[in-house]
Amino acid sequence: MGELLLVAVVAAALSGVPGLWLRRDGCAGEKSAVALVALAFVCGVIPALWVLLSGTTLTLHAPWQIPYGSLSIRLDAISAVFVLQILIVALAGSIYGLGYWSQREHPENGTRLRLFYGMTAAGMLLLVSAHNTVLFLAGWEIMALSALMALTAEDTHAEVRLAGYVYMVATRAGTLALFATFATMFLATGNFDFSLATAAVSPGAATAIFVLALLGFGLKAGLMPLHLWLPGAHANAPTHVSALMSGVLIKMGIYGLVRVSAMLPNPTVAQGAWLLILGVISGVLGVVFAIGQHDIKRLLAYHSVENIGIICLGLGVAHLGRALGEPGLVALGIAGAVLHTFNHGMFKALLFLAAGVVAHTTHTRSLDRLGGLLKPLPLTGALFLVGAIAICGLPPLNGFVSELLVYLGLFGVVDVDRKLLWLLGAFGAAGLALIGGLALACFVKVFGAVFLGEPRSEGCAKAHEPSVWMRLPMVVLAAICFGIGLGSPLLVPVLDHVVQAYAPIAAPSLVVRVPFTSFALLGVVLLGMFAAVFAWMNRNARSTQAPTGVGTWACGYARPTARMQYSASSFGEMLVGLGRWALRLEESPTVVRGTFARPVAFHSHVPEVVLDLVVVPFAERLVRLFRLANRLQGGDLNAYLFYVFATLVVVFLWVS
Amino acid sequence: MSLLVDPLLVVILLLNFFLLGASRLNAAITGSAAQGVILGFLVLLVHEGFGWRTALVVTVVVLVKGVTIPTLLLRALRETSSRREVEPVIGYITSLLLGAIGTGLCIVFARSLTLMPQHQGSLIVPTSLATVVTGFLMLTTRRKAIAQVAGYLVLENGIFVMGLALFEAVPYLVEIGILLDLFAGIFVMGIIIHHINREFASLDTTRLTALRE
Repeated sequence: MGELLLVAVVAAALSGVPGLWLRRDGCAGEKSAVALVALAFVCGVIPALWVLLSGTTLTLHAPWQIPYGSLSIRLDAISAVFVLQILIVALAGSIYGLGYWSQREHPENGTRLRLFYGMTAAGMLLLVSAHNTVLFLAGWEIMALSALMALTAEDTHAEVRLAGYVYMVATRAGTLALFATFATMFLATGNFDFSLATAAVSPGAATAIFVLALLGFGLKAGLMPLHLWLPGAHANAPTHVSALMSGVLIKMGIYGLVRVSAMLPNPTVAQGAWLLILGVISGVLGVVFAIGQHDIKRLLAYHSVENIGIICLGLGVAHLGRALGEPGLVALGIAGAVLHTFNHGMFKALLFLAAGVVAHTTHTRSLDRLGGLLKPLPLTGALFLVGAIAICGLPPLNGFVSELLVYLGLFGVVDVDRKLLWLLGAFGAAGLALIGGLALACFVKVFGAVFLGEPRSEGCAKAHEPSVWMRLPMVVLAAICFGIGLGSPLLVPVLDHVVQAYAPIAAPSLVVRVPFTSFALLGVVLLGMFAAVFAWMNRNARSTQAPTGVGTWACGYARPTARMQYSASSFGEMLVGLGRWALRLEESPTVVRGTFARPVAFHSHVPEVVLDLVVVPFAERLVRLFRLANRLQGGDLNAYLFYVFATLVVVFLWVS
Repeated sequence: MSLLVDPLLVVILLLNFFLLGASRLNAAITGSAAQGVILGFLVLLVHEGFGWRTALVVTVVVLVKGVTIPTLLLRALRETSSRREVEPVIGYITSLLLGAIGTGLCIVFARSLTLMPQHQGSLIVPTSLATVVTGFLMLTTRRKAIAQVAGYLVLENGIFVMGLALFEAVPYLVEIGILLDLFAGIFVMGIIIHHINREFASLDTTRLTALRE
């Protein structure tokens, strides 16, 4: 079984290799890449499902030449959820790529994209199944660097290069923090395995490990102040790479946080509280930033920040539960966090793939240039709607199930009899409610602007449904969203195994705490009602002839134009205004005067606040400081020789 | 060890000062060549007993340091440069002063070293250090590339003086190796001089600042 997982890693890593020797503009290379990813999927799914269903742990151990490293594979239920998620999104994106980035249309970078796409997936599979931290770091770096190469596929565009550069700086900084984390772990325990809980660790070392891990993994996950690389990278990558990055790559940070949280032998309430607070900040600000965006992919990227916040809330509840010795909180928190991680992988990948169809067929990602796409793209529109409902956490889809678990966990924190702790739980629950409401507003805006109304540009009018290769993965992802949403009672044993893998507690089964069955029934009823109303309305529409040739929401105007519609920016205006303190909106002041006003132009722009207003100015200062060292390098040969001489004298004096 | 060794070492020290004060490039080249020839004969005096090994080293040293390299440098000077002044960055008097201070410090420093009994009281180690310092001084304060090559030769001479003290302990391959090193160094510098001259129509290395990043 463990060997099968290694076969999956190798197959994914080599998926792009045959293409290197095949014709650049032929389809053999892309077909072989998909076939190998499919092989990896089959080989990886078997052990993952076996672990999830049986609750056992797969281990494989082999010595390794690398210093401190060992080829130590350990697949428990938590790892298995991540493995499953990586494989599903990787295969879906790979198939989608056949239509979206075919070799025939992109002979110049298609092979490179496929090579690094597969390697990114392989790196992730390796790191989530690694038990040794050195092996983990190897997988981590393979993932991080391959993702850089994949996301900069179109490196002829300056903005893509810039996004890649920011991503690279962020991932380097994160890896540095991880090195420090694992070194501290080694100092505390004396080994390089993920097994801290057995040893006695001093509180100082535990705090250092927690903070460093939060920094390193938070940078990858995109927790709010550390999300600076995320929007640019997600917006500028090819769509299926965005789906892979947003769906699973950023979750590797979550995986690391879950592992570290599970390992800390003496979790404290303060650590859990920090996770909760960071989760609320990330969630609320993520969605507020999302509302301010004009680029559909950038908007989805900010929703990733938001969902990472929700996952972090769940993890915070679990951590608090361990600190307080409340098995119920542990179970609800970790089950919610891990399930939401998986769910977010599914519906975010679905949303990105649907947004990719929109961008591919209309050649624009700007919300204010899209519109009326539900008529030419009925299937994509419906699938986007499924993803949107799921991401807003509404029943009967999967987002609801996982958010419900987090909610129940937060209510559990309120119930804990300890002074002031109820405030934290209430803060988290209120934050989660705010996040859900704002997310709903944001997706009403997106769906309304993109799919309803009238086309706002040439491209929208000519849009058409894509090939079957691009539709199939979206349909499968949407089916998974429905499946988890309606089949949630079946998940209980799996989630129990996850909880046991996180912290072996004698908690009663989750079923006792969560009325999964009634919620699943409610979902079925909801769906049935929806179908009935839809059918009834359709019958009605057929009997009373609706006027054709009139635009949607024409409102009785004699000569309406597409530009008279509500735009996405106007829809979000009020909410953006409320979040102005964080958004730092840049608007051109526009005043319309007089009866026959002159034409005026208006534009608004939401900057990357952390990146543009904090990190970049700081980095510029730093560059100015280091430029002082340039004086030493004057280009004068005599001066260089003098440096050599001076060094020699200093060394000589030092030695003697 | 012959009684002539220390006087010859003093000559080398004096040549150091001559080199630091010399304003013409010809003088700099011939001064370093003269040091090389004296070094060749010093080998004879330091090493008691005349064997084929000593003869080989002396011949090669005198030929390379005294004849080949100076000839090459003088030809380079004839072909490339119309102005034959050294043009130091700091004045000759300052150079001499620095050289004097350096030499003094080297003598003091050499006294603090623990040496083998036969070298205690000998001038070999202080001369060696002082010559190295002089070479560095020439390298760092001279603008013309040819003067810098001469400085490099002086530096090399200083190292060679140190080798005199170790002559018995070191196999002759090392000396030949040092010479080969030297020859390669001069060769590379010759190529660089050629290119600097072709590029900037001058041998002034300060113009190389245009090449920095």
